[in-house]
Amino acid sequence: MSDQTDLLLRRILTDVLGLKPGQADEFDADTGLFGHLPELDSMAVAGLLTELEDRLDIIIEDDEIEGEMLESYGGLLAFVEAKRGA
Amino acid sequence: MEVASWPCPLADGGTSSEFALACDRGRARRLLVVPALFDEGNKLRRFTVEVMRRLDAAGIDSLLPDLPGCNESLLPLENRHPGEWREAMAAAARHFGAAATLALRGGCLFTPAALPAFHYAPVKAAAILRQMLRARILSSREAGIDETREALAAQALAGGLTLAGYPLGADFYRGFEAMEPGAAATVIAQNQIGGSGLWLRAEPDENPAQADALAALVAGIIGA
Repeated sequence: MSDQTDLLLRRILTDVLGLKPGQADEFDADTGLFGHLPELDSMAVAGLLTELEDRLDIIIEDDEIEGEMLESYGGLLAFVEAKRGA
Repeated sequence: MEVASWPCPLADGGTSSEFALACDRGRARRLLVVPALFDEGNKLRRFTVEVMRRLDAAGIDSLLPDLPGCNESLLPLENRHPGEWREAMAAAARHFGAAATLALRGGCLFTPAALPAFHYAPVKAAAILRQMLRARILSSREAGIDETREALAAQALAGGLTLAGYPLGADFYRGFEAMEPGAAATVIAQNQIGGSGLWLRAEPDENPAQADALAALVAGIIGA
């Protein structure tokens, strides 16, 4: 489950950020996301969250969205893993 | 590809001259193209036009009108209404003599009922609004303002609301939020095109292979 979530999350980030194939494979827990990638503005983050909901079959409440979870790849992975009950 | 204009009927009984992008060689096979909406419209604009170029090469004329209040339109968006948009697209289809419609994403909500339609990755209005509301909540939070979805929806229905830079009037919001794409259309899903939808991208992008695939599917059904 955890490995699968990791794989799906890398795939979603590839789609949303328009990354080259394989580029997301190099992300580690400390890879910076929001605040580090200029293309991740609020509209893009909203799109990313909606895509996470649709493809990981989770619901993200607005008040759950915190800077910490979006700051790094590891933060976002921990959030969606908790959401999926991994 | 040329610039064309067409008389757009307005809800107040008037008419407005609106812009359209036209691949028009007077051919019998003519397609009205209804653009995606708001932020998705920007992200898919180049893709839309690239599909039109490929349809042109396949012997199909295509016409891409502006929705009144969007793109090059001089009309204020906050005074528009979804019913007016539906009438506008039907009027554009009649004006240009379109035989069928290709609509993208939220554009599928406004395809003229009288014509056969292709719906590329259709989406409900509620899903578009959900994402725009979320973007508004996130950007407000960055500015230190706490907003909730419920309060914003109430505000939209009372006096209109600006979402992702688009001022939507109360009448627009009320009429729009329950809209769903018509069931009679031929749906073209993203997995038939390959890759991921360009509307998902954080930045506008292009993809020639996807444009090839969508144009080939449409041209294949319309017939050579």
